[in-house]
Amino acid sequence: MKYEIYSKEVMKHFLHPKSMGKIKNPSGIGNAGNLICGDMMQLFIKVKEDKKTEKRIISDIKFQTFGCVVAIANSSMVTTMVKGKTIEQALKITKDDVLKKLGKVPPVKIHCSVLAIDALDEAIYDYLKKKNLPIPEKLRETHERIQNGLGELEHRHREYFNLEKEVYQKK
Amino acid sequence: MKRIYLDNSATTPVDKRVLEAMKPFFSEMYGNASSLHKFGQEAKKNMEESREKIAEIINAKREEIVFTSGGTESDNLAIEGICFANKEKNHIITSNIEHHAVLHTCRWMEKQGFEVTYLPVDKYGLINPATLESEIKDNTGLVSIMFANNEIGTIEPIVEIGKICREKGVCFHTDAVQAFGKIPIDVNKYNIDLLSMSAHKVYGPKGVGALFVRNDINIEPIIHGGGHENEIRSGTENIAGIVGFGKAAEIAKKEMKKEAAREIKLRDKLIKGVLKIENSHLNGHPVKRLPNNTNFWFEFIEGESLVVWLDSKGIAASTGSACSSKSLEPSHVLLAIRLKHEQAHGSLRMTLGKENTKKDINYVLEVLPEIIEKLRKISPYKGKWK
Repeated sequence: MKYEIYSKEVMKHFLHPKSMGKIKNPSGIGNAGNLICGDMMQLFIKVKEDKKTEKRIISDIKFQTFGCVVAIANSSMVTTMVKGKTIEQALKITKDDVLKKLGKVPPVKIHCSVLAIDALDEAIYDYLKKKNLPIPEKLRETHERIQNGLGELEHRHREYFNLEKEVYQKK
Repeated sequence: MKRIYLDNSATTPVDKRVLEAMKPFFSEMYGNASSLHKFGQEAKKNMEESREKIAEIINAKREEIVFTSGGTESDNLAIEGICFANKEKNHIITSNIEHHAVLHTCRWMEKQGFEVTYLPVDKYGLINPATLESEIKDNTGLVSIMFANNEIGTIEPIVEIGKICREKGVCFHTDAVQAFGKIPIDVNKYNIDLLSMSAHKVYGPKGVGALFVRNDINIEPIIHGGGHENEIRSGTENIAGIVGFGKAAEIAKKEMKKEAAREIKLRDKLIKGVLKIENSHLNGHPVKRLPNNTNFWFEFIEGESLVVWLDSKGIAASTGSACSSKSLEPSHVLLAIRLKHEQAHGSLRMTLGKENTKKDINYVLEVLPEIIEKLRKISPYKGKWK
C-alpha cells in the first residue's frame, strides 16, 4: 500500500517480536534512549569465544523496549541481524542496514533505528570493557555520545524533525 | 474480524438520516443560495431551515449562526475576528489545554502584537474561575475557554466563566466542538458571546461547521469576498453540508438526553473495567466529563504501540503519546494536568459513539488487558520505572 504508515515488515516484527526478554548472566548489556523521548531500549548479548579461530561470536541476543511501533520493530530486527555474527560484523551494522530491511519508516521515526544500533553498540562496549579487551576508537566515540545523553538526543530529534519538514515540502 | 470504532472524538460516521437529507443537494437542488432564481431560493430556504435547527439546539437566534468550513475555521474567526474588530483591547485570556485551533491562533495573535494569558488547569483539567477573573484587565478583549476538552473530556465551569465575563464586559468565546450535541448548551443562560461548532463530531459531514456570534457583537471577517453570511464569512455556502449539519443537529437535539444517559453507562463500565488493570490510571475528571470520553494512562508501556496493537485487534482508539505526534512532543493537555512525559506516553483515549454497544465494551475489556500485558513483557520497566 502506497500510503500506509508502516510496512509489512515493521508490523510483522512489532506484533511478533523476535528475541524478546532478558538473558541470564549476559556477556554485555546495552541501554539507549530515555523516557522523555519515549523510547528506552535494553539489549543483552551472550558472546561465545571460538578458541581455534579466536573469533567472538554473538550466540544469543535479547531485548526489552519501552517505545513505539518502530522502536519495537527495530529492536526485533536488530536481534535477527546480529545473532550468530562476530563482534566485528555486528559493529559494522548501521541504522541504514536496519531501515533497509524494515522497509518504509516515517522520517520522524528514523531516530528509533539509531537507538537500536546504539543499544547494540553499548552492549558490545560493555562486553569488551568487562573482558578488558581493546575498544575500537569509533565505538568509544559512540559510547561517549550515548552517555552524553539527553542533550544529544534532543539535538537529534530536532534534526529528524527538520528532515521530515524537508521531505514533506519536497512532495 | 470485529471492528470497533472508539475514536468518536476524532470524527463520527454520517448518520444515515443525515446522508438521505443531503443527497438531493448535489445534483437536483444544486442552486447557489445567493441567486435570485428558483434554484437559488430553494437552496436558500433549506440553508435557513438548517440555520434554525442549529440555533435551536443552543438557544440562539437564527441570524446569530454563521456557517464555516468547520471547527478550526470557527475558532480562527472568533479569535481573529474579535481581536481585529477592536484592536485597543489587545489582551486575550485562554487556557493551556485548548485545542490547537485556539492555541495556535492565540500564538499567532501574539505575533500580531496581542498579549495572551494562558491559564493553567488543575489535575482534572479544570480552570479556576477565580484565577480567570483575577487575570482580566482593562484591555482584555476576549476570553476563549473550551466548553469541554477533546482529549480528557473535562467539562469546564462555563456558567461561572460566562457570568464573570458578562459582569466585566469581556467578550466570551467557547470552543464547543466536543460538547455540542452531546450535552445541553444554552448560550443565553451561560452568557456565551461566541461558540464554535463542527458537524462531523455529531454524525454530520466533514467540511462544515458554524460559529454562533451574538447579535450585538462586532466581528471582522477573516475570509473576504462576496459578503455571504451577513458579511462575516464570504464564500458560496456548502448547501449539502449545511443541510446535513442541520439534520444532524435536529437529531442530536431529539436524542441527546437518551443517548447521553446510555453512553455514560457504557463509559463508566469501560472506566471501571479498565481501572482493574494493574498500574492503570484515569485522566480527567471522574464526573465532570463528556458522556462519551474515557482517557487512561498505563505504566511501563507506550501509547502508539498500544493503539497499533488495538487496531490489529479491530479496535480504533488514540493516544497523546509523543511517538504518535509529528513533533515528538506528548499531548499538551496531558502535560498541563501534570502528567510526566513518560506518563503521557502511556496514554490511551477511547471515545464512544451511538453505534457502540455493551458488547463492544466487553470485547475491549477482554482484549486490552492481554495487549497491555504483552507490551509490558517487552518493556524493560517491570513494576517500577528504574
